[in-house]
Amino acid sequence: MSKFKKKAEVKQEIPTSSMPDVVFMLLFFFMVTTQLRKTSIEVKQQIPRAGQLRKLERKTLVTNLYIGEPTKAVYGKEPKIQANDVFIDTNDIIRWVNEEKSKLAEFERDQLTISLKVDKDTKRGIIADVETELRKGNARKILYTALDNADPKKN
Amino acid sequence: MARATPEIPNASMADIAFLLLTFFLVTTTINNDRGLSIGLPPPPDPNQDVEVKMQEKNIFKIQVNSTDALLIEGEPMEDVSGLKDMIKKFVTNKGVDPASSESPEKAIVSFKTDRGTSHKRFVEILDIVQGAYYDIYAEQAGVTNKEFREAASALADPEKKAIYERGKKDIPMNISIAEPTKVGN
Repeated sequence: MSKFKKKAEVKQEIPTSSMPDVVFMLLFFFMVTTQLRKTSIEVKQQIPRAGQLRKLERKTLVTNLYIGEPTKAVYGKEPKIQANDVFIDTNDIIRWVNEEKSKLAEFERDQLTISLKVDKDTKRGIIADVETELRKGNARKILYTALDNADPKKN
Repeated sequence: MARATPEIPNASMADIAFLLLTFFLVTTTINNDRGLSIGLPPPPDPNQDVEVKMQEKNIFKIQVNSTDALLIEGEPMEDVSGLKDMIKKFVTNKGVDPASSESPEKAIVSFKTDRGTSHKRFVEILDIVQGAYYDIYAEQAGVTNKEFREAASALADPEKKAIYERGKKDIPMNISIAEPTKVGN
């Protein structure tokens, strides 16, 4: 019988000694890519979808403006504009644009891009008002943030 | 005498690392700063009378009302799937059809909304209009639409810039987003 005895037991174990290294590598990747959000967004943000998206060239030249219905009932139902951490009125936009511009180096101030993150149920009226103010403030590069159509997740 | 070698127990290291990893996985929001890029016109000059005469045939009119219904060149349209081809045909007409645009430089796509139009609809239509232009550019540059858009976002690279300029040659993206009307809101 001993003739048929298996010569050796094949070990079927995955080597785990390098697991911590692998995990650490993943950990560092996520640590580096993570951007903890400084501002909490207080308006509804269901970003619409589109197909013809463009990436932004330089992230330092971008500032965000969030528009949508406030998430907290205290602020009412009307869509509001949030810049950085506060709600602003359309009249304040020019001042806000100038503040944002002053943060940039002089030669790239005209390249400031405003990324409009607008909830999809927001009406055009308020957005058009914002655009008019941005034109007056001479911040004319606009990006309507949108999600990719081809990307099935989210929303 | 055997000396006890001081060692940090590392059996639980993987667990700790996993815990941290899970934390970062959950909190990560990979910034997607992508969207439809447009340039706004300069602010209106009050001293100047902006009475610009355009020939009717050089304007492709898109109107959206407060209920998000669409009017293309005065005709109601339910299904937007054919709109992109209509715009492409209009822009690249080059005077073939006397009722359509004379040249791509003169062709203007006018997009008028109402104050009550939803942003979702606005983005949907703007996407189609820009898509039509990008298709034309991509064809002229001999690349795919996606490649062209990528080139347009990386103008620092001279090779990409060449593609971009080749595509855009003689065809400006004349999309006029008019001040909305005031029915809704």
